[in-house]
Amino acid sequence: MPGARPGALAWLLLTPLLAWLALFVVLPALLLLGCSLGERDEFGQVLWGFSLENYARLLDPVYLGIFLRSLGFAALTTALCLLIGYPVAYHLARAAPRVRELLLLLVMVPFWTSFLVRTYAWMAILREEGLLNALVAWLQPAWAPLGLLYTPAAVVTGLVYSYLPFLILPVYASVEKLDGALIEAAHDLGAGPWRVFPAVILPLTLPGIAAGVTLVFVPAVAMFAVTDLLGGARVPLLGNVIQNQFLQARDWPFGAALGVALLALFLVSQLGLRALRPRGALRG
Amino acid sequence: MAAPRTPQLPPAAGPRLLAAGLRGWTALVLVFLYLPVLVLVAYSFNAARLGVGWEGFSGRWYAELLAQAPLQRAALNSLVVATATTLLSVVLGTLGAWLLHRHRFPGRDLLEALVNLPMVMPEILLGISLLVLFALVGVGLGFTTVVIGHVTFSFPFVLVAVRARLQGLDPALEEAARDLGATPWGAFRLVILPALRPAILAGGLMAFLLSWDELIVTYFTASAASATLPLKVFGLAKVGLNPVLNALSALFLLVAITGVAFSAYLRRSAR
Repeated sequence: MPGARPGALAWLLLTPLLAWLALFVVLPALLLLGCSLGERDEFGQVLWGFSLENYARLLDPVYLGIFLRSLGFAALTTALCLLIGYPVAYHLARAAPRVRELLLLLVMVPFWTSFLVRTYAWMAILREEGLLNALVAWLQPAWAPLGLLYTPAAVVTGLVYSYLPFLILPVYASVEKLDGALIEAAHDLGAGPWRVFPAVILPLTLPGIAAGVTLVFVPAVAMFAVTDLLGGARVPLLGNVIQNQFLQARDWPFGAALGVALLALFLVSQLGLRALRPRGALRG
Repeated sequence: MAAPRTPQLPPAAGPRLLAAGLRGWTALVLVFLYLPVLVLVAYSFNAARLGVGWEGFSGRWYAELLAQAPLQRAALNSLVVATATTLLSVVLGTLGAWLLHRHRFPGRDLLEALVNLPMVMPEILLGISLLVLFALVGVGLGFTTVVIGHVTFSFPFVLVAVRARLQGLDPALEEAARDLGATPWGAFRLVILPALRPAILAGGLMAFLLSWDELIVTYFTASAASATLPLKVFGLAKVGLNPVLNALSALFLLVAITGVAFSAYLRRSAR
């Protein structure tokens, strides 16, 4: 029966879903675009209009720099998550069922623990009177205290820590689907592990990698809470600037323009991933 | 016990070394994932205010946590928001999954892309675009606006979970019910819905946990009176370290562990 044409009842039932998406996803996105073309008056109110001035401001070196830095931080975070997480996901998927179940639960708990709590944990470790500095003081009294908190390294550590499970889980799902016979066949044909990985395993787990990379990169570009807590005000990224325009500077049209730029970046990356994804067998 | 296995040559040293390496790496990464949070939990029982040194076991910070009215208020807000979000997400998600699974209609692909969008879109975009909407329409920020934001990113997760279950369901079940005289609604209620129960519960749990932890969308859509627990925690953490936050973090961890245990139980009972 799947594939039936909807009757009147089905259309009626579909209405809430359609209305919800239209009202709270499509309409707000269009309004954001509209807002970005307006300007603000001296009281911070939005004056609707049609001007590209906010977009011209995006080209200011200050904002271009922030854009590039955000992309760089997100790319570094993603690369580190991939390097750290891929072997874990692989091991998980190939482990004996009982071990696998346990390991999977162990990765799920951080996944479901608020990133806020996990970021806060790093504040306690990295601050000047924190655990790491206590350790340093004990090992190398001459070095302490190191200024670890509120540095780019702290931000990247926090981002990697927050997003690592988001990479492990989708990669795990795609390694799990991998047909072990293919790997054995490659071994039988004389390929060692260093050949099998790039020739067989990597291409077959590409969908999982793509999904994991999106789940890390996209939110990392615009994250402002982790950067606020671990970077202080010293390392502003795109998310911090947007947040600031909306809530402190009260320049909504410019904030909206930054948002639209982020949305465009996001949509392009989604289309790019879709083009990368092989059709047919590897879907899902 | 042991299944008959095809005789295997002992693995060569290379792969064996690799396997050991992978095991060791996984253990290291798990330590990396858990150590910071566990240290936090340990310190939540430390009598010292903020020092690194251990000054004895104490439940003092938990007592203080329970005594703080604003945090209690925020926790109650979070509970209200997460419950409302879960109920609405389950209804929207289950209906949506069933309709998308059963029907082909023009614009279906577009609809599907739209459903996926809030799941993968940067949350800040959802937050600011909803803020612009609410401001323009003149809706004051409060519980309703927070719940709207939360449902928008939560219900797709329910939809995906339920739909995966529907795809594994034998279509003959529903046909049999119809042949036996059930109305379409009757077949849905009596046959499909019970079969979907584990998926609906799992999706609902996901919606609840997503809403309970959410900060970014809430940041743009809540008022002071409807501020949720993560919002309060963020405000406190920005100011600096606070032993009460250690205790609160331990409770957040407990919620996550409970949620994961419950979802593992659901998966097991679904088999």
